[in-house]
Amino acid sequence: MTIIVFIVFVGIVLAISAYTSRKARGVGGYFVANSSINWGVNGIAFAGSYLSVASFLGICGLIAFFGFDGFLYSIGFLAGWVIALFVIAEPMKRMGTFTFSDALDKRFKSRGIHLAAGLSVLVVSLFYLVPQMVGAGVLIEPLLGIPHLWGVIIVGTAIILIVALGGMTSTTYVQFFNGGLLLLFAGILTAAVLIRGVTTMSQNQNNEEGLVDLQSYQYQEVPVEVSGEMIIPGLIDASVTERISTTDRYTGRENLVLYQISHLIPATPIEDNIFSVNIKGRTLVFTTALGQDFLWNVEQFDGQPFLRIEDWWRLVEGEGGAYRLAETQYRSVSSDGVAFINGAPEDSTNRLRQVGGISRIPAVYGEGTGSVNPLQMLSIMSDSETIVLQPKSVVFTSNAGERVSVYYNEPTTGSVFMRPGLMFPLEAKDGEPATITLLNRLNFISLMLALFLGTAALPHILIRYYTVPDPDAARKSTIIAIIGIGLFYIFTMYMGVGAVNSGALNPETSNMSAPLLARSFGEMLFAMISGIAFTTVLATVSGLIMAASGAVAHDLMGNISQRQFSDKTKVLAGRIVAVVVGIIGIILGIFFREMNVSFLVGWAFAVAASANLPSLIMMLFWKKTTAKGIIASILVGIIASVTLIMLSPDMWARYGLDPATAPMPINQPGIISIPLSFAVLVIVSLATTEKQPDTGKKVEIKQSAKL
Amino acid sequence: MKQQISSDPGDSEQRKSNIGVRMTILYAIIYSGFVVLSVFMPTLMGVDALFGLNLAIAYGLALIIIAIIFAIIYNLMVRIPKPTNASHRIKKSNAERSKE
Repeated sequence: MTIIVFIVFVGIVLAISAYTSRKARGVGGYFVANSSINWGVNGIAFAGSYLSVASFLGICGLIAFFGFDGFLYSIGFLAGWVIALFVIAEPMKRMGTFTFSDALDKRFKSRGIHLAAGLSVLVVSLFYLVPQMVGAGVLIEPLLGIPHLWGVIIVGTAIILIVALGGMTSTTYVQFFNGGLLLLFAGILTAAVLIRGVTTMSQNQNNEEGLVDLQSYQYQEVPVEVSGEMIIPGLIDASVTERISTTDRYTGRENLVLYQISHLIPATPIEDNIFSVNIKGRTLVFTTALGQDFLWNVEQFDGQPFLRIEDWWRLVEGEGGAYRLAETQYRSVSSDGVAFINGAPEDSTNRLRQVGGISRIPAVYGEGTGSVNPLQMLSIMSDSETIVLQPKSVVFTSNAGERVSVYYNEPTTGSVFMRPGLMFPLEAKDGEPATITLLNRLNFISLMLALFLGTAALPHILIRYYTVPDPDAARKSTIIAIIGIGLFYIFTMYMGVGAVNSGALNPETSNMSAPLLARSFGEMLFAMISGIAFTTVLATVSGLIMAASGAVAHDLMGNISQRQFSDKTKVLAGRIVAVVVGIIGIILGIFFREMNVSFLVGWAFAVAASANLPSLIMMLFWKKTTAKGIIASILVGIIASVTLIMLSPDMWARYGLDPATAPMPINQPGIISIPLSFAVLVIVSLATTEKQPDTGKKVEIKQSAKL
Repeated sequence: MKQQISSDPGDSEQRKSNIGVRMTILYAIIYSGFVVLSVFMPTLMGVDALFGLNLAIAYGLALIIIAIIFAIIYNLMVRIPKPTNASHRIKKSNAERSKE
């Protein structure tokens, strides 16, 4: 089913691009769709281009896993459009013809501006491309059952086809198609979430394939006696084989204690040497016959057969200081690459169970609320009586040298889940040095600043201004975009909380939350949502590659070689660049596979805001801006933001180093690189003030220059 | 729609730009308020505000809805030139407006 829907969707997209590619002749046709796109279509295409997998999969996942903090991205992503509409839209269209460097350069006729702006488009596009490709790979794995690698390659190829053949016209209609679908289905999913309401019961109808439904399975808790590090768990013939704890970096207190416990679970004999056991709600059948890869350890206890397994339990403190052990899930990989899940070898029947869910709702609702209105839903979710099972995980290396990932549900009060703090730790914590609190807060402010200032400077957004006939249409299409995108971001809130409510989360990746939510309503919706997620990747990445392609053909090629190229050559070059950038995107998408896509997009915004926005704003509002000032600002913006990201704690972890030793203390560069880029522009402009060149359009220049 | 705007002498552009910049600044202030509250008073964001929603959610949703409302207001304002805003320019502006 999902495969059919996927093929249909990709087929439609390719058909649209094949049909419209006939108009992609000539330089205007290929790069800006002859500037003939209707403003309504352009507005929805804006939405289709802007609402990337980061918005769709990433934000839903973050809300499902971290509550309100995920919604901060929605707020920031939309707020940026205010600048795009009020400040950038009309001047961009008035002053440029192909790329935003045309607009930047209108006053100066400087080769350097084209070079710098072209370079920045390339860099930002690449940064933005990575999360889109990661999203594609994440999706294709559970959807079509093929590895991440192939997901990225298939999607990359489709995009290269669309862009290289169809240019901006095809890209526009693909984005329009996608924007419409996204809004429609996000609305449908939101309605479904509201009709279902909030309940503590299992919601997942599907346990056939892929991840296993275990919402109805309550994690066991057993009483233990703790004296020192010795514990006696209430399990059959149990003994502790290992104890792992993580300590708070500042207080030195243990905040998570895990025990590996060897114990027996009842096994039911089916035939000679064949048994079945129930592990965490899942029935596994195994044989003890010789010649197996893995030796199942069946023991007799009180005359009954039992399977001995070793699994991980979490120590929780109950009321009155009594300790209990709470069941977790785990996946371990030994040094020779053998994977175990929950004490048994990983295979198609033994996979990680889905996580999340609601364990308590306010008493007035009994077991479930039934359908609720939009305000009620959020009010119930943020109630202090509601308990959300927040998915958490911890990774460590065991004594046996296995890489172990333990997944558990952390009961979190609704009122905590639905306010800031779970992802961005803004509150000062016990024993935490003031500098750490300050850095956490800076990180947050930095991100919100980059989101606000980044949108209007994104290359794939800027190029859409050139596909409409006039500034008026540019403005109107931006308004359509704001309405559509704003609605969509309101929907993300419901999709996110709906996903954690359904208990259908994949513990390993937050990016799958929206499709898994859809699957809890049935296979059809799952197929549609997954299909749309793919077209989302296609639409956004096509726009990015188009921007990169335009930048090379218009800004870089001619200005580097100092030659005039024919329009035909430019179009050919544009198509070649599309292919090359597409391939680079595929490679990076494979490298970054595990990171949350919204998080990566946050970086892309920071680079865009640092490199492009200062020069756009100052060029419009500060008369003394000079060409050299713009060039310096763009280059410093790119270099500063990219360098800061490369030196950040998150990248340090990616290189396999200790994040605490990273030279940059914060992850989000915006708060440093954006002001720096502004400052450089002002200083260099003042140092290089010269007479304004007479362009013959002085009136217009003055108008836009003075505030 | 005709390509008239490129020859627009600029008065209406100037007015639009003024309105646009003011609305941007206003929005930036509301947005900063949200960021400041989240950063320095995260617990306050958990307090019930409107319709049973806590302050964080109410403010967050409001930021999205305000952006939409601002966009619509802006569109209305730039379409109908306000005499009080630019009375000495009204003649010129009206001439350009004929394209609407």
